Amino acid sequence: MDFGAHLLLATLEGAVGAAVLALTAVGLSLVFGVMRVVNVAHGEFYMLGAVVAWFVASNIGGSAAIGFLAALVIAPLIAATVAITADRLVLRRLDYDPEATIVATIGLLYILQQVALLTYGPEARPVEAPFNARIMLPLLDWTGGWPKFYYPTGWGAPSITSYKLFVIGAAAAILVVFWLVLTRSKIGLIMRATQLDQETAQAFGIPVDRVYSLVFGLGAGLAALAAVLIVPIQQAHYLMGHDPLLLSFIVVIIGGLGSIRGTVVAALLIGLSDGIISVFFTPTLAKILATLLVALVLVFRPQGLFGTKAA
Amino acid sequence: MTLLHTEKLTKIFGGLTAVNDVNFEVAKGEVHALIGPNGAGKSTFVGLVSGRIPATDGAVWFEGENVSKLPAHARIKLGMAYTFQITAIYAKLSLYDNVALALGQWDRDAAADALDKVGLRDRIDQIAGDLAYGHQRLLEIAMGVAQSPRLLILDEPTQGLAESEIADFNNLINGLRATTTILLIEHNMDVVMGLADRITVLDMGMILATGTPDEIRANQRVQDAYLGTSHAET
Amino acid sequence: MSDTSKSMALHLGLIAVLFALCFALPAYHQGNLARVMVLATYTIGYNVLFGYTGLLSLGHAMFFAAGLYGLGLTMHHGGWSPVPAFLFGLFCAAFLSAVVAALALRTIGVAFMIVTLMFAQAGFLTILYFGEWTRGDEGFVIQQAARQILGFDLTDPIVRYLAALLLFSSALLITLRMMHRPFGRLLVAVRENEERTRMLGYDVYRHKLLAVIISGTISGAAGAGYGLLFGYVGATFATVQYSIFPLLYVLLGGAGTILGPFVGTLFMFYLIDITSGLTNAYMLFAGCILVLLTLFARAGLMGEIRKRWARWLP
Repeated sequence: MDFGAHLLLATLEGAVGAAVLALTAVGLSLVFGVMRVVNVAHGEFYMLGAVVAWFVASNIGGSAAIGFLAALVIAPLIAATVAITADRLVLRRLDYDPEATIVATIGLLYILQQVALLTYGPEARPVEAPFNARIMLPLLDWTGGWPKFYYPTGWGAPSITSYKLFVIGAAAAILVVFWLVLTRSKIGLIMRATQLDQETAQAFGIPVDRVYSLVFGLGAGLAALAAVLIVPIQQAHYLMGHDPLLLSFIVVIIGGLGSIRGTVVAALLIGLSDGIISVFFTPTLAKILATLLVALVLVFRPQGLFGTKAA
Repeated sequence: MTLLHTEKLTKIFGGLTAVNDVNFEVAKGEVHALIGPNGAGKSTFVGLVSGRIPATDGAVWFEGENVSKLPAHARIKLGMAYTFQITAIYAKLSLYDNVALALGQWDRDAAADALDKVGLRDRIDQIAGDLAYGHQRLLEIAMGVAQSPRLLILDEPTQGLAESEIADFNNLINGLRATTTILLIEHNMDVVMGLADRITVLDMGMILATGTPDEIRANQRVQDAYLGTSHAET
Repeated sequence: MSDTSKSMALHLGLIAVLFALCFALPAYHQGNLARVMVLATYTIGYNVLFGYTGLLSLGHAMFFAAGLYGLGLTMHHGGWSPVPAFLFGLFCAAFLSAVVAALALRTIGVAFMIVTLMFAQAGFLTILYFGEWTRGDEGFVIQQAARQILGFDLTDPIVRYLAALLLFSSALLITLRMMHRPFGRLLVAVRENEERTRMLGYDVYRHKLLAVIISGTISGAAGAGYGLLFGYVGATFATVQYSIFPLLYVLLGGAGTILGPFVGTLFMFYLIDITSGLTNAYMLFAGCILVLLTLFARAGLMGEIRKRWARWLP
């Protein structure tokens, strides 16, 4: 395959990763923005989404598409329910004290992870994609003056599956809907008001406790949704929450804690560049650079790219 | 002899100029009161003097030295002591531990003596957070005094004190006159008029007037801005 | 008896009991206790920063690993003898903690936790990246023949136990002494009210810096000790899990107490030992305990004892 094809493929694959990462990270960012707490168990809600998707898909009869659709609805709901329960039982009692919350969510991380190990087991299992047609990708032919598209043939011809394109589109659509809800709807207004000034919001009769539960559930639901989208491509495994957690942290901090826009931009940057960098650097070195970058951003520019308040 | 003076000291928070180009001085050995309406910038000002808040512009001179570049702890080490407007003691530690930290030594007798000055000697082993608010304020004052500072900065020290405790406070301050220069922010006019050698009135981040208590009482502008007297009605 | 001599007696008593146990315990528990003491040293190091100074680090595994690999690599590849290797391990940990402190102390609260987490993660990935020398996850073994000091074979169970006891006792007594002196009390003051401490004329930054370095170095000593006494060096010790363990042990045993780290480590070690025999998912218990601790017993075991019965416990 020539360089152009390589680059195109890397970009598209990166876009898939970026799309899913954006969804996951927005969930984390929302929770931090409104509640001012760091949910270390966020990656486990992601994993929960994937594992539930597998359970649903393998227990519902009918085509893969029906199983997938059911999972798309059920998994985020279950993740959100677990999250809201955790909020009511634990986080609320801690009064959202930052340190105590981090420790408690670490505990929650282990609980979710190990329960998955007990029920789902240590194996990685695939979920069938609802559709998976192979789409050939066109490249540009620069010979003869004007560039025009052509479809290369043969072994090295670049292609992508229709499902992967669907993931990119679906994630984008969900983010747009989320953005509209956050900025245009009443519930979005309530969430933003609570984020800006919790005490004033309370004085205005906003039930802050309930908003927090909702937000925590929504954050978990987004992560689970992202996982359902990715699970036909990767497999579901009880440890799969670890990497998305770290990546989400990286994205949220670089984008700016509490800024949804920053999170999305950073997710695109990191997701795409991760795909492209992996072509040139080993993944380990890329990860080292990314984690060091996050640390240094926090040290020297704590507000990230778009953030407003210092953490 | 001037113990402390500021030159064009300024603090701007985003769009708000809290302290505006203030030239202020405290003479050695005096009790100098800083008064003014709420939001005048008094706490910010002493925050700038002590180094707790970094200045946007201007200089602070202490005992003839320019301390503007020194961090707060270094200025305290040079001989300042600072009490907070909202009581800042070690709530979970005992009174003994609180005073020991202020003294810089863990000697029970020295701590007991320091607490004696505010009448808290027999509570030496109590946990500071268990004290009534007024007593907590007294503890904080005791901690300030325990540092044997050359300049003692008190931010609304009598707030929350009962009448008898205020009387004791006045005695304490009078007892310190020989050794310590005192800069205090106060809203209680009786305390101010009774204790202060000189008074500076701050309004909207700027000095409105400086003078003896009588001079200030007679000052028209001060009355309009702060003391609120019948002058406004005529 | 004054408070100071009471606590000296208690801690020396513990060391004496541990010494006696060396000869009384069956081999399995003797080996366990040796391991517990080394891990407790790590926890003691963590406690200096978290329990006493009030700074929550999520990256202490990097200091443990610095000591571990500092000793391991020099012994395995360089053929160094144990004592210089151990000192080098200490040096690596101390150096790393100084660098991390200089950067991380510019942040506070949540940001500090995440920065330490990120640095530790970068450390772990670096170990993997240089897999050629570190053998990554698989790790490497330090030969028995190399683990001798002054004619004593460190692989002998009794010698190993006593060496672990020596390491643990040193850390215990050093921190005990430190907390009785002004420096230790100032760490507590920084934790209790940083602003007030600053405005009493103390250089808070310098105290935090020293706290990180002392904490990191003790953790590194534990790491180097672990490699030397148990002969295995592997990347697992640099993972996030190994940063969480000391936090868990300290919370359980009692943050900000001298004995807390040992109590917590001992308890959790045996809990994991017993439950891993029952199920693969033994970390589930760790998770539940963490949640229950934050909800109901933030002071931990020794902390509750101190609150209710023994105020003088350091």
